[in-house]
Amino acid sequence: MSNVQIMTGNQAAAIGAKLSGVQVVAAYPITPQSQLAEILSQYIEGGELKAEYVRVEGEHSALTVCISASTVGARVFTATSANGLLYMHEQLHWAAGSRLPIVMCCVNRGVGAPWTIFNDQQDSISQRDTGWIQIYCRNNQEILDTIIQSYRIAEEVYAPIMVCYDGFVLSHTMMPVDIPDPEKVREFLPPYQAHTILSPEDPRTLNAVLFPWRRANSEGVLCDGYMEMRYKLQAALERSPAVIQETSRRFAEVFGRDHGGLSWGYRMEDAELIMTGMGSLASEATQAADILRDEGIKAGVVGIRVFRPFPAKNLKETFRGAKGIVIFEKGISYGYEGALSSDLKAAFYGSENQAPVHNYIAGLGGRDVKARELADAARASWAEMQTGIVEKPTTWLNCYTG
Amino acid sequence: MAFLFFCKGDRAIMYEVIWHGRGGQGVVVAAQMLAEAAYLQEFKGVTSAPTFGPERRGAPLTASTRIAQEPIRIFSQIEEADIAVVLDESLFKVVDIFSRLRKNGLLIINTQTPLEKWDEQGEYRIAVVDAAGIALRHHLSKEGAPVVNTPMLGAFARASGLVSLEYIEKALNHKLSKEQGSRNFTTVKAAYEETIVREKKD
Repeated sequence: MSNVQIMTGNQAAAIGAKLSGVQVVAAYPITPQSQLAEILSQYIEGGELKAEYVRVEGEHSALTVCISASTVGARVFTATSANGLLYMHEQLHWAAGSRLPIVMCCVNRGVGAPWTIFNDQQDSISQRDTGWIQIYCRNNQEILDTIIQSYRIAEEVYAPIMVCYDGFVLSHTMMPVDIPDPEKVREFLPPYQAHTILSPEDPRTLNAVLFPWRRANSEGVLCDGYMEMRYKLQAALERSPAVIQETSRRFAEVFGRDHGGLSWGYRMEDAELIMTGMGSLASEATQAADILRDEGIKAGVVGIRVFRPFPAKNLKETFRGAKGIVIFEKGISYGYEGALSSDLKAAFYGSENQAPVHNYIAGLGGRDVKARELADAARASWAEMQTGIVEKPTTWLNCYTG
Repeated sequence: MAFLFFCKGDRAIMYEVIWHGRGGQGVVVAAQMLAEAAYLQEFKGVTSAPTFGPERRGAPLTASTRIAQEPIRIFSQIEEADIAVVLDESLFKVVDIFSRLRKNGLLIINTQTPLEKWDEQGEYRIAVVDAAGIALRHHLSKEGAPVVNTPMLGAFARASGLVSLEYIEKALNHKLSKEQGSRNFTTVKAAYEETIVREKKD
């Protein structure tokens, strides 16, 4: 029996964390994440969630608390946005390097300066290289479900996961969400069995300074050097796509909802013009595809859920039939182009897919992006592609550029 | 008898509603209640959103509701609503309400001004109700001001025919205590009865 309630993305995330049976929460409020931190503290204060809420003075400490609690074997959760995430940056690397299965929500917001409280994805995109798995959600149901899936994935590959969703656009918009049965969630996601070696009876130092080469420890056992340990983090992320897909498949079996594993498609059966992006923008593009299909253009959408590890192999297959690709991104690698654009083009390197790729930067700092506007951009690009314009400078959509 | 006055083609029917009010009047809650009532009435797609950003008491603000047969995939702001609900008629002087309402759309206003005085905008369907008066008559006030957001749901039900009173009552009871729910519903019913609708001029 379904239990559908109308709720915001932040509410959905809080319920996702609660159903996952998190034991320690440390989060510092920041718009647009605040409601999520508030709801979780209410759950804990009211006894609805048997966990400890550790109040901290900032985001760096929030993640530090999570790192410590996870190290001694707790299932932990935190959430932040924008400059809060940037303030965590050092500890993001630390969490991944420590191979801790931490799950956090990044409620995507543009970063300052200048100040904005509104949505784009520059905050999480800028954390691309920290060793975290990043999953982008397109609606509130997916947020709730992805948090539950993420603990299963993180605890299998021992890498932290950032569940990203668009601030305000999803965090503050209410829509129907089916709340899974807690008993079924416990079956899908049993309590965390930590492999911790820390104990007050046996004090040890973790993550001490390593020298460039492998070295024997005091018992004469040859141990990993820094580079071996970093290689293992890379190897874990490289094998995680299979775990993400399997988790998604298993979730669909139990709960009847499949959000797509690494990516999802819309009207892709015979698509020639493929629009792609991450999060709510990709969802908006599905309506743009409808508009273009009505005009006779064979348009489809690929929504990329997992940005790290970048599912290059999977996407190479997904985009095989493309005759033109239009990428919409809510972030940019300043001085070059959108990060997704670079990664996707690199995935096609040396393959037979040499379809033209046009890159649009859209919706920075909360600037509204409508399906109609995405359709206009894709239609213009499609026309240019027919005349042989394979490459063109990154276009800033809905932006006065003088 | 309630009726659907829109015919937007058979594919992807979606109704877009903008709520205009001032900070503190409960436009966000009204938009949510409508989404909830519509969902209970088996519209599979509903969303409601506040104006994104900071909120200030007394300042003009909007909230929106989308209602559709299928799950909603778009989250951008509404450009031209099918229905505009105005909780505070002083907003006509400060906000261009008509610029975000499509031609032949429905305008529902909380006002004491009789319907015949609202004749300058002939391209819309107009509905009026004295929601503030209804709230005062039923002693429904909050911090000294009449509660107008819930009676406007009754006016919405009457003028649009999209949701029935039964589901508005359920949505209210879901959100409010039993006593509060039933007091609010009294004003919803009264507003439903007292709403006067005028078809657009041809």
